[in-house]
Order: sequence, then C-alpha cells, then structure tokens
Amino acid sequence: MSDVFEALASPARRAILDALQANDGQTLFELCGRLAMEHGLSMTRQAISQHLDVLESVGLLTTERRGRCKFHFIDTKPLGAILERWPARGDGEAGDGDQDRRGERVRG
Amino acid sequence: MAIKIGVASVFVDDQDKALRFYTEVLGFAKKDEIPLGAHRWLTVVSADDPAGTQLLLEPDVHPAAGEYKRALVEDGIPCISFAVEDVRREHERLESAGVRFTQRPAEFGPVVTAVLDDTCGNLIQIVSPIS
Repeated sequence: MSDVFEALASPARRAILDALQANDGQTLFELCGRLAMEHGLSMTRQAISQHLDVLESVGLLTTERRGRCKFHFIDTKPLGAILERWPARGDGEAGDGDQDRRGERVRG
Repeated sequence: MAIKIGVASVFVDDQDKALRFYTEVLGFAKKDEIPLGAHRWLTVVSADDPAGTQLLLEPDVHPAAGEYKRALVEDGIPCISFAVEDVRREHERLESAGVRFTQRPAEFGPVVTAVLDDTCGNLIQIVSPIS
C-alpha cells in the first residue's frame, strides 16, 4: 500500500474509520460487530484485519496493547497533508457555485 | 427430554482464583467440587437456577489452551456469553468492583452487550435485551 489516497479509496476502510471516529479504541471483535450491525458490511474477520493493516501502514490507524488485548484508534494526522497540498478555501475565495463542489470534495 | 446444554466450560489459569471471581465478583454459586487427578471438577451455576447449566472452571493445562486463549484475547473475542438482566447496570457494578472491560456496553440489534476480563485469561461477554 503506497499512500493515504489508496487507503481511503476503499469504502470498507472508510467505514472502519467512521466506526472508530464514533467509538475510538475498539478491539477487532467489537469492530467486526459494529461494521456488521451499524454499517451493514458482511466481511470476514480476516478481511477486516487486512484492512486494519493497510490503515495502520499509512498512519491512519494506531494500535495499543492494554494487557493482552489489542485496541485500534483512528489517527487523522495524515489527512493534514492532504489539506496542506490542497488547502480548503475560505468563503469568497472561490467563484460562484464552487462552494457546493468544495463540500462534496471534503465529504466524499 | 430434548438434548440440552448440561455443562459448558472455560479454561482458567487458576481454579481457586477463578472460583473467587466467578462467585464473589460475577455472582455465580458453587455447584460441584470433586477432586480429579491433579485438579478438581469444579463447577458453578446461576444463583437463580442451581439445577441449570453448569459452568466448568477447567484448568488450562493443555499446551494448546494457552495459545487458544492468547489469540482470542488479543482480538477481543469472548470465549463465552452470559445473560444478565441489564448490561449497563452490571457494567457499572462490576467496573466499580475493579473489573476491567474491553468493550463498554453497546447496542447490537436487539441486545446490549459488553465484554469483560475474567482475570483467568478469558474475555466474557454479558448480554441483555434492550430495555
């Protein structure tokens, strides 16, 4: 996996980040349950585990051991590099109609 | 009589410690304690249902048991699930008794679940219907 953009290209990986954003610090077990129940994703535990590895490799996810249990946390720091490269413009800097498209880019 | 679950088991690293945790902390009642080789046939039951399903506190002496427990705990996977009246209330009670949770109460469809550490090398899920 080369970069943050490829990591974010996968809907499943974005769903994992959404799940962690809502409840940070989850075990693989809890994440699997939430992805199935709250995000309607039917992935195997192994598939989810591989997605977690990808997110960790680009720095969007960190893990921490507490006791013998492993917990996963979202880390949005790498997203700062995206905004640095293409800064979000404030109101008035863009032409008419740009605002909607800008919103779409940030949300998408 | 239709087939039913008579005994379920958890692998524990210390039978005495397990008996204390499962009775004094979780609230099960001791059922059988029978010397058996180097260990004991040691079971607990629900205090509400002494004739019901027994939980065997089984020594984790088999070489495979350690790796099985380690791998499940690392991924946060409970080895057994217990029914309680209200998971949120039980979580509060157990946490103030010093029990460590790896998953706080969370709603999954029609139930609320939480996951706790039994101090004997296992994670335990508790479940109640959404109140």
